[in-house]
Amino acid sequence: MSQELILGIYVFIMAIFVGFEVISRVPSVLHTPLMSGTNAIHGIVVLGAFLVAGSADTPLLHVLGFIAVVFGAANVFGGFFVTDRMLEMFKKRETVASKTEVQKKNA
Amino acid sequence: MLDARESVIALSYIVAAVLFIFGLKQLSSPATARAGNRLAAIGMTVALGVTLLDRQIVSFWTIAIGTLIGAAIGIYFARTVQMTAMPQMVALFNGMGGATAALVSVAEFLRLTRAGEAIGAGESTSIVLGTAIGAISFTGSIVAFGKLQEILPGRPLQFPLQRLVNGLILLSVLGLGAFVVVGSGGAMPLWLLFAAALVLGAMFVLPIGGGDMPVVISILNSLTGLAAALTGFVLHNQMLVVAGVLVGASGTLLTLLMSTAMNRSVGNVLFGAFGAASSDAVSTASAVGLTVRQTTAEDTAIALAYARSVVIVPGYGLAVAEAQHTVRELATDLEKRGVDVKYAIHPVAGRMPGHMNVLLAEANVPYDQLLEMDQVNGEFPQTDVVLVVGANDVVNPAARDDPSSPIYGMPILDVDRARNVIVLKRSMGHGFAGIDNALFYNDNTRMLFGDARQSLTHVGQALKTV
Repeated sequence: MSQELILGIYVFIMAIFVGFEVISRVPSVLHTPLMSGTNAIHGIVVLGAFLVAGSADTPLLHVLGFIAVVFGAANVFGGFFVTDRMLEMFKKRETVASKTEVQKKNA
Repeated sequence: MLDARESVIALSYIVAAVLFIFGLKQLSSPATARAGNRLAAIGMTVALGVTLLDRQIVSFWTIAIGTLIGAAIGIYFARTVQMTAMPQMVALFNGMGGATAALVSVAEFLRLTRAGEAIGAGESTSIVLGTAIGAISFTGSIVAFGKLQEILPGRPLQFPLQRLVNGLILLSVLGLGAFVVVGSGGAMPLWLLFAAALVLGAMFVLPIGGGDMPVVISILNSLTGLAAALTGFVLHNQMLVVAGVLVGASGTLLTLLMSTAMNRSVGNVLFGAFGAASSDAVSTASAVGLTVRQTTAEDTAIALAYARSVVIVPGYGLAVAEAQHTVRELATDLEKRGVDVKYAIHPVAGRMPGHMNVLLAEANVPYDQLLEMDQVNGEFPQTDVVLVVGANDVVNPAARDDPSSPIYGMPILDVDRARNVIVLKRSMGHGFAGIDNALFYNDNTRMLFGDARQSLTHVGQALKTV
């Protein structure tokens, strides 16, 4: 076993504690945005795809890298954008009320 | 020692990991959640930006074109998807992440073996697990997407010897994995493992029914997180490990929350093929000759108009009928008449955690009107009218009272204790669990048949004349 792997396992275990601590405070109202937001975060694997695609020296690695980059990028961009769109709707009551009033006046 | 460039990359990764954690922390309140998501997106931008400085990257064309195409697809779907279709959207993005993790693991193995580097047992184990879990998550998510989008039938799909076949596939994945770790046979065992894991992912979600999707999506989410973390072990990138574990933790917590809300173990959800086995329990009540009492939109409007308190219980039927805006309009009209209107949200209402909350937020329902099960259950005896919109199993009193019911023990919303219950339903069809709902036959229950949105529109019109 390499020293780096041991370090990785340390980080893995510590991150579990941080993860549970942080996530357990998310209210159930926000569980869908939580899910799609964390979805976007695991899109971080696209950086592995960058490394593969950027260093590819055989046609097979080029293809694998390219597909991985497309999928990963769709995951990252789609995930963050759709979460943002959802969270925009979870506004405070006052802003919602004043906005509907403005809309009514315009109509 | 790291040189200047490597140090910048490594330090930036730490910044990114911290931004992810802070971003998730801000999701603890609806007021700060949007900023939190943006913080995480900034972390992502930092991480991906500095990765391009890595000396390993010699060509940028594939990255640039791939990112452009992926971003275009992702943003297009994110902008155009209906809020009612959010569960399948999340499933789809989740599958893409899983595929990425699997492909990166396989490619890294090919690169290392071709370079003639010896792969340590820890690294090869990570490669094997990353490939297998990523692939399972990919096809599992695609099947879940198909079920939610109704391309595939939502009911559990079963065939003879299913468990045996799945067990054999799982064994072959493990066996091939051992081959790869031992290091014999080159890349072939890993490719076979990849293929077997793809099949396993699809096979594992096919027999799970549509109503169990909140659990399945949560599990798939945590699997993709785990696959990403494993990729971090392969690439010796701690930030990937942190990000992957954060996702894994979130998926695991939601999985436990959802299965608790159904009073079923995770294993029972995955392997129970619920909804198929219980079909013999159907039609007990109708055989006994119980009758339901129908009502009209006009009578519903009168009941609502003269109520002091109304609780609306939304379910998957609300999403199917896209009735969230109509519900909100009706609620606003009632509030203008001085009626106190609240919404009661069951944890597993809909097809993913928090599904109903998002739909109601889209319709501008203030989130302080949304009550969770524990908050609202004590209030039902003082509630004049409960309006059940497309919910079924989560309001079935049999889960509380009838030990012979397949859903006995599942925590429910005690709507039958309210003074009047009006159930909006398309027909007398059964809920996801395929069992009769005792609520429909109660003396204080009235049924309003029809498409939820149309029914609500008619009630709204009738209300204006009351």
